[in-house]
Amino acid sequence: MTVPAVASIPNVLDPRGPAAADIAVLWWVMFALGTAVFVAVTVLLIVSVVRRRTAPVAEDALAGEGFAGGSNVLMAVGGITLPAVVVVGLMAATVVTADRVATVGNPEEALVIDVTGHKFWWDVRYPDHDIRIANEVHIPVGQPVEIRVTSKDVIHSFWIPQLGGKIDMNPGHENTLRLVAHEPGAYRGLCTEYCGVQHARMHFIAVAHEPESFEEWLADHAEPPDQPDEEGAVAGREVFVGAGCAECHTVDGVSPLIDDYPDLTHFAERRTIAAGALDNNRGNLGGWILDPQGLKPGNRMPPANLTGEELQDLLDYLETLR
Amino acid sequence: MTATQVDLDRLQRVWDAPPTFRGWLTMVNHKTIGKRFLVTGAAFFVLGGVLALIMRVQLAMPELGLVNPQAYNELFTMHGVTMAFLFIVPVLEGFAIFILPLMVGARDLPFPRLTALGYWVYLLAGVFIFSSVFVGAVPDGGWYAYVPFTGPEFTPGLSMDFWLLGITFLEISAIGAGIEIAALLFKNRAPGMTIARMPIFAWSMLVTSFIIIFAFPTLIVGSILLEVERKIGAPFYNPDLGGNEILWQHLFWWFGHPDVYIWLLPGVGIISMIVPTFTRAPLVGYTWVVASTVVAGVLSFGVWVHHMFTVGLPLLTISFFGGASLVFALPSGVQVFSWIATIWRGGRVRWATPMLFAAGTILVFTFGGISGIMLGVVPFNWQAHDTYFVVAHFHYVLIGGSVLPMFAGAYYWWPKLTGRVLSERLGRWNFWLFIVGLNLTFLPLHVLGFLGMPRRIYTYLDGLGWGPLNLLATVGAFLTAAGVLAFLVNAVVSQRRPPADSDPWGAGTLEWAGPVLPTSYNFASYPVVRSRYPLWDQGSVLADDDLMRRWTDPLAEPLHDEREILITSEIDAEPQTVAILPQQSIWPLNLAVALAVALTGLLADIYWLAGVGLAGSIIVGIVWAWTGHDFEPIEEMVEP
Repeated sequence: MTVPAVASIPNVLDPRGPAAADIAVLWWVMFALGTAVFVAVTVLLIVSVVRRRTAPVAEDALAGEGFAGGSNVLMAVGGITLPAVVVVGLMAATVVTADRVATVGNPEEALVIDVTGHKFWWDVRYPDHDIRIANEVHIPVGQPVEIRVTSKDVIHSFWIPQLGGKIDMNPGHENTLRLVAHEPGAYRGLCTEYCGVQHARMHFIAVAHEPESFEEWLADHAEPPDQPDEEGAVAGREVFVGAGCAECHTVDGVSPLIDDYPDLTHFAERRTIAAGALDNNRGNLGGWILDPQGLKPGNRMPPANLTGEELQDLLDYLETLR
Repeated sequence: MTATQVDLDRLQRVWDAPPTFRGWLTMVNHKTIGKRFLVTGAAFFVLGGVLALIMRVQLAMPELGLVNPQAYNELFTMHGVTMAFLFIVPVLEGFAIFILPLMVGARDLPFPRLTALGYWVYLLAGVFIFSSVFVGAVPDGGWYAYVPFTGPEFTPGLSMDFWLLGITFLEISAIGAGIEIAALLFKNRAPGMTIARMPIFAWSMLVTSFIIIFAFPTLIVGSILLEVERKIGAPFYNPDLGGNEILWQHLFWWFGHPDVYIWLLPGVGIISMIVPTFTRAPLVGYTWVVASTVVAGVLSFGVWVHHMFTVGLPLLTISFFGGASLVFALPSGVQVFSWIATIWRGGRVRWATPMLFAAGTILVFTFGGISGIMLGVVPFNWQAHDTYFVVAHFHYVLIGGSVLPMFAGAYYWWPKLTGRVLSERLGRWNFWLFIVGLNLTFLPLHVLGFLGMPRRIYTYLDGLGWGPLNLLATVGAFLTAAGVLAFLVNAVVSQRRPPADSDPWGAGTLEWAGPVLPTSYNFASYPVVRSRYPLWDQGSVLADDDLMRRWTDPLAEPLHDEREILITSEIDAEPQTVAILPQQSIWPLNLAVALAVALTGLLADIYWLAGVGLAGSIIVGIVWAWTGHDFEPIEEMVEP
C-alpha cells in the first residue's frame, strides 16, 4: 500500500497551527542548547585526555581522601550551577509554552467536536450540527476547535503532529484538546497509544477548510445524501441492505444509527478507506469489501461474499454517498 | 601472613562446595551464584537482541511482511520484558553479587541461601515467562501492560497471566538481592572501611537496593490486583464497573520510573570504579558523587508522572512533575563532571577496553541525558511522547547507562571471574562495532519521531518518508549485534590465554587484593582498610595492630568448622562480632520449585496444584528456618 496522497507528512517541525509552531520553536531552542552542552562535554573530555601532563600524578593525588579543594569548586560550578541555570530557564519555558499551547484560541469561539476511539478507527461527531463522520476531522482555519476525546474499548491517543500535541483517549473519561489550524490543508493524524493488532493502521485525516468552504461542508453533511436513481446504484442499495453491510454501517435514511461502527452517510466524500490505510477509489474499495482481513488483519469487518455484479452495484451505490 | 598452610586447608574444607552434582545444586557461594546470574542474563540479552533484530528487519522498509502484526506485537512485548526484567536487572545484580563482597572485604553475602533462592527464582521465572511461546499465548500488551488492554475483556486467554504471574515471581529475586546487598554493605564491610571509604560502586548498589525494596512492591501489588481482576472479575481497573484504568499507570510507573534508576545507578557506579584505575587517580568529588547518587535515588520516586503527560492530568500537576524531572540534570551533571575531572587530574589515560567503554559511556549517557531533559519539558513531551524520539532517547540512556558499563565491567572484572584477561584486539572490535552500531541505529530514530512515527507499529505506509531512516537503523542494529558477537567470541577464545596477574590493571580497591581467582572464602586473613584505595595507599591490607589481630587471627583459623564472617558497625566499620553462615543447601532450589508449581497451578486454573505448591512452599520455608544458620552471631566471641 502506498500512502494516500491526500495528506502531508505528519512532521512536527512543519507546523500549521500556533500550538505546534510554539513547540517547534521550543524544540529548536532546546536543540541549540543541547548541542552546546554535548559539544562542551565532548571537548572537555578530549582536552582532559590529550592535555600535556607536566609531571606524573603527585603522591597526594593518590592519597584517597586528601583531594578536595579544587574539586569542590568544579563540582559546584560545572555539576550544579550550570545545569541549574539551564533547568530554571527550561522550567520557565515549560510553564509559558504549556499554558500557551493548552489555551490556544478563544474558548468562546471554539467549535466542539467529539472523537471516540475504537479498535481501529475514529468516530467523529459535531454535536452542535448533528453530523457524524468517521476517520476524518474537518475544521475551519483560524477558529479554535475543542476536541473532546474518549474511547469505546482500550486506550487510544489522538494526535495531529502538524497542529499540536497529543491527548489520550481513555475509556470512561473525557479529555479535551484545543487546536487551531492557521493554514488550509489535509493533515495526517495518528493513534499514538498502542491499542492492538492494527495500531499501525489507525490514522485519520484532519482537513482544515477556509471558513466559507467549511460552512458549505457543514451544510452538506447535515443533510442525508440524495437517494440514487441510476439503476446500478439502486441495485447496490439493495446489496448494502441485503448483504449485511447495513447491520453495522449507518447511512442516514437507509440504515439506523448504530454506535460502534463507522458511519458511511457521506462515505464518497472521504479521502481514505480503513482509517487512513488506503486511498478511497473504486479499485481499493472493491478489494477492501471482498478481503478486509487481508488488507488490515484483525479489524472487525468480515469479508463480503458477493458476486461480481453485486460488488459493482454496491460500489456504484457507495459512490453516490456524497 | 598469619594463616598457615594448615589453616588454609581447613578454611577451604569449610567453604568449598563438594565437587558433585548435588554440590552444584546446593551451591550458595556468592561468586558461583553471581556468575550464574551473569551467564543466564547474557543468554537473555542475546535472546532479547535476536527479537530486536527481527523487528528491525520487519521495519527496514515500508509494508514488509516478515512477521504478521500479532507476531510483531508479541516481539516488542517480549523484547521489552526480556531486556527490562530478565537481562538488565539480573546482570547488574550478578555483578554486585559477585564483586561486592570482594570489594568491601567480606567472605560472602550475609544470607547465602537467599542468594541461591534469588537465582533459582530468576531462572524459573524466565523459563515460566518464555514457556508462553510453547502454549501459543505470548504476552502482547507491551512491557508496561496498560489496562484495559491487558484486562480480561480485551486480552482473554493465558498470555497476560504468564506476564503477571511470571513478573511477580521474578520480583522475589530482585527484592531478595536488594535486601541482601543492603545488609552486606551496612554490616559486613572490612574493618576500617568507614562508610566514607566505601567504593562508589558499593554506594550505587546501596542506593539501588533501597530503590528495589521500595519500588518493586508497587508492581507486585498492581500485578496482583490485575490478576485478581482477570481471574474473578474484581473491577480494580475496569471503568465500566467503577474501577479506574489510570490507577494501573500510576502503580506501574511508581515502580517503573525508579526502575530506570535501578538500571542506571549500578552502571554509573561501575564506570566510577574504572575511570580512577585507568587514569591512576582517585575519583574527584567522591562526596559529591555519593550525594548525587542518593539524591537521584530519592528523586527517582518523584517523577513517575512524566510517563503520563498526555493522560489528561491537570496542567499544574504535570508541570510539577516536569520540573522535578528537569532537576535530574544536577546529579547527572555532577557525575559527568566527576569523571572528566578525574581524567583531567589523573595521569596518562591507559586505553584498555574497559576505559574505551567508560569513555563511550560518558558521551552516550550525556547524549541520552540531554534528550531526557528535553522530554521533561511538558509541551515538547506532548509532541514527542510515544514516538520514536522516546525510543531513541531511552535506548541511548539504557545502553549508555547500563549496557556499555556492563561491557566495561565485564572486561574489567573478567580476570576475577575467569582468571584470564580478555583479548584487547577483540575488545576493540567489540567496542567500535557496538558504539558505531548503536549510534547508527538510534540516532535516526530521533528524526523519525519528528516525522510522526509512533512506537509499537508493525509496519508503516510507503511515502511517509520513514523508509530510508528505518533502513539505516536496521543496518546499525546488525553492526551492534556484530559487536556483541565479538564479545562472545572473545569470551571463548580468551580462555586459552595465560593466567592473569593478581591485579592486572593496577587498581586500588580491595577486590584485587588476593589471588586473581578468589578462593571460596575470599580472604583468609580479614583485610583492614585505611583508605578509599587501600591497594594504592597501604603497604599491606593485613591487620597492623594487636587489637585488630584479635579479630582477624581467629577468623583465619576457624574454631568451629563453620563458615565464619566478621560483623562490623554500619558507619565506622568497627568489628562487632563474628557470625556463622549456612553450609550448602538444597532448600533454596526446593522453595523456588514449590513456588513455580504454585504459580503454574494458578496460571492453568488447576487450584489443587496451586494448593500443593503453596503447602510445599510453607513446608520448605519451615525446614529452611530449622536447618543451618543465617547470619547468626557466635555468643562467646562477641567480646574478644
